Amino acid sequence: MAELLRVATAGSVDDGKSTLIGRLLYDTKSLFTDQLAAVERTSRERGDGYVDLALLTDGLRAEREQGITIDVAYRYFATPRRSFILADTPGHVQYTRNMVTGASTADLALLLVDARKGIVEQTRRHAFLASLLRVPHLVLCVNKMDLVDFDREVFEKIKEDFRHFAAKLEIVDVTTIPVSALTGDNVVSRSPSTPWYDGSSLLHHLEELHIASDRNLIDVRFPVQWVVRPRSEELHDYRGYAGQVAGGVIKPGDDVIVLPSGLTSRVVGIDTYDGPVEEAFPPMSVTVRLEDDLDVSRGDMIARPNNQPTVGQDLHLMVSWMVDAPLRRRARVGIKHTTRSVRAMVTDVSYRVDIDTLHRDETVDSLGLNDIGRIALRTTSPLCYDPYRRNRNTGSVLLIDEVSGTTLGAGMIL
Amino acid sequence: MRADRDHRFWHRVAGGWHGGNCASGELVNVGETVGATAGSAILNGYIGETRGFRVPVTGYELTHLQMLEAEAIHIFREVAAEFERPALLFSGGKDSIVMLRVAEKAFWPAKLPFPLLHIDTGHNFDEVLAFRDRRATELGARLVVGSVQAAIDGGELTEDTRPGASRNQLQTPVLLDSITDNRFDAVFGGARRDEEKARAKERVYSFRDEFGQWDPKNQRPELWSLYNGRHRPGEHIRVFPLSNWTELDIWRYIAQERLEIPSIYYAHSRETFERDGMLLAVTPLTQPRVGEVVVPRQVRYRTVGDITCTGAVESTAATVDEVIAEVAATRITERGATRADDRVSEAAMEDRKREGYF
Repeated sequence: MAELLRVATAGSVDDGKSTLIGRLLYDTKSLFTDQLAAVERTSRERGDGYVDLALLTDGLRAEREQGITIDVAYRYFATPRRSFILADTPGHVQYTRNMVTGASTADLALLLVDARKGIVEQTRRHAFLASLLRVPHLVLCVNKMDLVDFDREVFEKIKEDFRHFAAKLEIVDVTTIPVSALTGDNVVSRSPSTPWYDGSSLLHHLEELHIASDRNLIDVRFPVQWVVRPRSEELHDYRGYAGQVAGGVIKPGDDVIVLPSGLTSRVVGIDTYDGPVEEAFPPMSVTVRLEDDLDVSRGDMIARPNNQPTVGQDLHLMVSWMVDAPLRRRARVGIKHTTRSVRAMVTDVSYRVDIDTLHRDETVDSLGLNDIGRIALRTTSPLCYDPYRRNRNTGSVLLIDEVSGTTLGAGMIL
Repeated sequence: MRADRDHRFWHRVAGGWHGGNCASGELVNVGETVGATAGSAILNGYIGETRGFRVPVTGYELTHLQMLEAEAIHIFREVAAEFERPALLFSGGKDSIVMLRVAEKAFWPAKLPFPLLHIDTGHNFDEVLAFRDRRATELGARLVVGSVQAAIDGGELTEDTRPGASRNQLQTPVLLDSITDNRFDAVFGGARRDEEKARAKERVYSFRDEFGQWDPKNQRPELWSLYNGRHRPGEHIRVFPLSNWTELDIWRYIAQERLEIPSIYYAHSRETFERDGMLLAVTPLTQPRVGEVVVPRQVRYRTVGDITCTGAVESTAATVDEVIAEVAATRITERGATRADDRVSEAAMEDRKREGYF
């Protein structure tokens, strides 16, 4: 039974990232010959001197003309054990915005460092953003090991440096792997060149990593997305609440509370097209039926009476700001949280985080493009939320421009 | 009634019908086991029957297909809830067949809360059109057809009649007119990011301006499963619920769900000739030129588009399992192998999308 693993990676051409990705794709037979031929041809025409695998997905005219990656590129590969979605973000322009986007759905963040250079500014930024977005697993690939003669000392030093830095972050699971993307050492299979390394190859690690426990299976959270009312003759009274389980395990017979109204009822059935289910858990999309005929609509949250999210209008968030126009106090924004859309006013801009030093700058009164900072909001009506660290689904919000409709930023509830 | 259909279905499978041949022994035919109690009042008398083929869930883990399906269902429901007038672009091709099944699941037991939309180039395979009509009837869904032929006949479009020209370009104005005429504000498409480079960069919610144009450099960031569908009157979005599916996922889903697909997706014998490295079928619209040799071959189609620009691949795959085996082993992308429209230039798809194509 193949699972799905979402990986976020970032960086520039220099660190060998595209070589590594190319190798993963090629060795899992996910790179097609016509794609490879096209990439080789373009690289040759441009006089690159190497095969630039970024061209695989850099198909936009502007990207090809300027030789840059504009956006998050999604690549797909699979082994018999797992299917992988790789969100690959460019290392330069819009770095933060794209990295935050890629990391928001990732199970694992893949970082590369050059064994000759060790931990650099970009590594620290990348690790910080992975931590901020609470990507549950992190893999640090110490690349170009062939250029340091597969020296164990070099590897251990980088591993230790990173551990020292990561202690300041909230990263639960870090794995460090010595690799050479160019020669393939420890990418797909264990390398004889690193007899001192007793861990897995990168691909083996990606295949075997335990991710089922990363979801919150404790706090029942079911944001109502859509009310199913067939209104047909045989299903005249059918009324089901459709949505994607955002947390916990829901079972028929469970006592539930509907928020923000506070009305209580009991689950009598969980329906899917493929038949009723006895348990629903994240990220299943199901339809829940309740015993009582309540007024429940889109934007409501179903939880357990003894385990409820916070219901409130005053939120404290870490935000990643994604547009040129700065975020200031008193700004009015639209908020999308689970299936609920409300309006809000920014009541405070508390500080900006310097993502290189992790220092807080409390003197700022606004956040600019690609800034990360803490703000406070007051919403026009209550949201049913959890801290982001507790639940990525019920702890995340989009900030939206009420006039143009643009997405302004991403918020993680503290 | 439903049980009857399932019953009939089994006969078709036993008779070697294409949609049969479940991928593995892991699949459980829930319909059969529950069928015995179908008439009794289980589940408060609401739903006495089940359909489909449930893949067992163990240890709170889902298969990657179940996760992709759950994501796509979520997207369908978001759009239905937040837009006034969505429509689902249904061509009868395999991706739109899969998309339609997921849509069915998203709203079941209610009907689809939106119509189907097909842009008929007038150069479609007959098998595919017949299939399209039958599927719409089965679902009780309204079918809106935008006709390229009608637009040509009415003088609104001028056809490029040079040899080798296809009507692919003409689809875009007809699609845009259909969207405007019906005031659709969201249109679901079956495009996948693994198909083509321009699509690899496209959002699930692809924002289009009043001219239907896509601006790849000005896309909204898409985070978590929070989709921002804000738009102004006259603007609309294209929605791609299958963005994260691969060609192989589509085929595995067809196997898992035992979906019926047009027969041209399976190996059959056809009179074919080679042109520009593609195998084209001999049809009234595609005739061999001098020097092009017609040879009967066993072929199947990997994509189903306009006859004039869709090539076949040599194949002996007559069942879903055999197609899956072929797809898993193939080393050429589906559009690279069979779509002349994407081979015009490296950025052919991007250019068409900028103009409003899917």
